Amino acid sequence: MIGTLLRIGWINMRRDGVVLALTFVLPIMFFSIFALVFGDQRNPTRRVQVAVVDEDRSAYSTAIVTALQAEGGLRVRLTADPDNADRTLDRQGAQDLVKKGAVPVAVVLPNGLGAQPGFWGSGARPKVQILADVSDPVAPQMVLGLLQKVSFTASPASLATEGMAMFEKYAGPLTPHQQKAKEEWLKNMAQGRGPAMTNASEGAGFGLATEIVNVMQPGGGDAATISFYAAGIGVMFLLFSCAGAGGTLLEEEESGTLGRLLSSQAGMRGVLFGKWLFLTLMGAVQLTVMFTWGALFFGLPLVSHLPGFAVMTLFTAAAASGFGLLLATVSRSRQQLSGLSTIVILAMSALGGSMFPRFLMTETMQRVGLVTFNAWALDGYLKVFWREAPIMNLWPEVAVLAGLTAAFLLLARRFARRWETL
Amino acid sequence: MSPFTDSEERFPPHPSLNLPRVMATPATAPVPHLALSVEGAEKRFGANVALAGASFTVRRGELVGLLGPNGAGKTTVIKAIAGRVRLDAGAIILFGRTLTLDDKRPEIGVVPQELAVYSLLTARENLEVFGALYGVGPAALAERVDWALEWSDLKDRAREPVKRFSGGMKRRLNIACSLLHGPKLVLLDEPTVGVDPQSRERIYEMLAALQRQNVSIVLTTHHLEEAERRCERIVIIDHGTIVAAGTPAELIAGGTVTGVAMGGATLQDVFIALTGRELRE
Repeated sequence: MIGTLLRIGWINMRRDGVVLALTFVLPIMFFSIFALVFGDQRNPTRRVQVAVVDEDRSAYSTAIVTALQAEGGLRVRLTADPDNADRTLDRQGAQDLVKKGAVPVAVVLPNGLGAQPGFWGSGARPKVQILADVSDPVAPQMVLGLLQKVSFTASPASLATEGMAMFEKYAGPLTPHQQKAKEEWLKNMAQGRGPAMTNASEGAGFGLATEIVNVMQPGGGDAATISFYAAGIGVMFLLFSCAGAGGTLLEEEESGTLGRLLSSQAGMRGVLFGKWLFLTLMGAVQLTVMFTWGALFFGLPLVSHLPGFAVMTLFTAAAASGFGLLLATVSRSRQQLSGLSTIVILAMSALGGSMFPRFLMTETMQRVGLVTFNAWALDGYLKVFWREAPIMNLWPEVAVLAGLTAAFLLLARRFARRWETL
Repeated sequence: MSPFTDSEERFPPHPSLNLPRVMATPATAPVPHLALSVEGAEKRFGANVALAGASFTVRRGELVGLLGPNGAGKTTVIKAIAGRVRLDAGAIILFGRTLTLDDKRPEIGVVPQELAVYSLLTARENLEVFGALYGVGPAALAERVDWALEWSDLKDRAREPVKRFSGGMKRRLNIACSLLHGPKLVLLDEPTVGVDPQSRERIYEMLAALQRQNVSIVLTTHHLEEAERRCERIVIIDHGTIVAAGTPAELIAGGTVTGVAMGGATLQDVFIALTGRELRE
């Protein structure tokens, strides 16, 4: 009897493509995506793009820049325009690059750094600023660590000079013989790359004085971080909702209601347009409810970003609705739609950044993610809430989403022909 | 108010016709008393021949039963008339107008075999949405919906979701939804399948009421006894061709059917004699 039950289960599963796909294809697909995202074998640590502004232009700051460029984990950018080496970056330009999302971190080496690196104290020493987009929590810390490392290794003479000064300050002056030996040693060390000798700085700190500046949210707080998760989760569930609601087409086809609708004045174009419009409105309301909840209970700055939110929500909902209809018209049954939408939407969400931020992925995976609908929608929401971009700056995302909407609807119309005339 | 308010005269009672076993192709010139003329309809689905030159006519105000075994071509011919199947050859002439596939067919009301209503909507809401989709203006819609509820005996349950209805109630609503725009020809595919005898009686009474308003009706059914009793004329289709047509009495009389007298026979006997005893898919 057990054998018979096993046989029934096996036959049912073998003949149900959706169950087979959910059982075997989906896990493998997800494993592959996660492996690709987190397991780039040739470059296990992704290279962080960093803009460097050298305001000091001293030998010491130049040595730091050179050392940063030599770091394998960094990709250093020194110019405002990648194609024009003459346009050196200034502080404002670097801040703009971070705000636009071109780089996650910028390092500003301030005036006076070479004259007073201040390895051994904090005092009045100049602070190196790290302008950071803290949506990427890894990059600023990585740059900070490498910066401290190169600050020591880039100019050992500076480090030794300050160290000896500190010794004299707290242990008493050197004897004339010691003084002579020290000067000779420092002279040798400084040859070729040594910066100007400096006085010792005061204070109890160790290493370069640094300061991480959150250029996205100068006032601090994590309200905009919440917007990222609201958009990510919202878009993923919007896709599920639209695919599910688009499935009413299949139910209507099975019940004969679609035939009745097609015999009416609406026709297939009218039916598809009506459903797309309804799904778009439903999706817009769904996203609005989600963001409103975020505003009420998690401090999401919705009111101050309403125009951008409205634009992104409208185009995101329109594209998601078109995608839902496309999935429904491709599917042969509600069950098939359910399986297909689960596989496709979860894969798109993983690649497109709904599950974890795309900026944590390798550059290759970030580029791959752009083939998904989610990536463009999330980039748009990030521009609105995170980068405070004006509405006009949303045009690439809006254009792509509008194009996808048109493509989805055209394909859905094409696949829906099978229901019209035999 | 009934949507069937035009003043066309009811077609006179059927003349006593000595119908041939297979009807001859009707004349191509429009015949005033004909509601529908299907001429030489052919349709293939791959290697499967669904219609192989089927021809028959329906007069104004006539109730015609289209009978045939499973797979004989009944649903295909209904869909072709409704514009849902593109014929490979042949013509469909509706009230004197030869139709192309793209032609609108406001004169037709199609009642599918499936219960093509929204189960979460109430009866009234279903009637309202389908009436609007079929072009009934807002001014007339409320009156038409009231008429349809009365006609289908659903007035008392008008505000209940359809999912709570019995099978017979759903069938009646299914028919009513196809009548709001006042069609002159109603095509019903198995309108009484799966309902109890009381509901079937009620449905035929509803159809008779339509007939009295000069509406032509074509229905398919496997209930041969019902067809014998209710239909004015029977068209039997098999393998995509019309194998017999006539009044039930004419068909049973035998002379027009097999050339062999079948005195005392029923329509079922005639049907089996014409279509054979082999099982169909």
